[in-house]
Amino acid sequence: MRSAERPLSPHLQIYRWQLTSVMSILHRAAGLALCAGSVLLVVWLVAAALGPEAYRGVQNFLGSGIGVALLLGWTAALFYHLCNGIRHLTWDTGHALDLRSTYIGGWVVVLATAILTAAAWAAGISHWVFNFASGF
Amino acid sequence: MRSPLGRAIGLGSAKEGVEHWVVQRVTAIALVPLALWFVAAMIQLTGADFDTVQEWAGQPLPAIGLILLLIATFYHAALGLQVIIEDYVHGELARLGLVILVRLACISLAVAGIVAVLAMALGTPD
Repeated sequence: MRSAERPLSPHLQIYRWQLTSVMSILHRAAGLALCAGSVLLVVWLVAAALGPEAYRGVQNFLGSGIGVALLLGWTAALFYHLCNGIRHLTWDTGHALDLRSTYIGGWVVVLATAILTAAAWAAGISHWVFNFASGF
Repeated sequence: MRSPLGRAIGLGSAKEGVEHWVVQRVTAIALVPLALWFVAAMIQLTGADFDTVQEWAGQPLPAIGLILLLIATFYHAALGLQVIIEDYVHGELARLGLVILVRLACISLAVAGIVAVLAMALGTPD
């Protein structure tokens, strides 16, 4: 019974960070964030159905600094989970499972997430300006 | 999708993993176009006032899209959260309780969202 002297499997913090493992953890984290975002979607829809007063409350929160930061985070989380999800679905078909492909695919997902998030916000801001201007 | 031998022997973890795996992927595939459509719609509605939003959500096609999005999202969320719970919660009772709680929450949220969309689509007095 000298179990204390047996070699232990290295703990997580011993391993060097790699793109593949970080992306795997982020996929789950983004999924969790999107669960919270989905609650907001329901709150937003219910408020819109209830009437102008309830809706204004939700819009005031979303328009605040925290609200905008959350929306930006959720946009990035959505595009990341979406792009990386497609990467996972590709693996499920048995393709692109070699080391080189997992890294290329990983960087493609990172790049696509950044581009799609930036594009969505650029488009959203231009619509916001347009809707704001047409309101007068 | 289980092998005949696997089904006959009946061993394995909980004997329902295949369905979980398949449905997680089916909802994922459904969410690809639905999520992209939703983001595009939200971009269009950025800065829109209450009347515009309510009118949009009440139109047939957006209403159908939103309801499908809600169903796929909360089904996918329930399955994903179940995996996370099963990975990190080790007490059998706590694990089962949390999975049931997550299921109930997801069903409740989906129903709330669907009813809200239907109320806007079918018209209720403000």
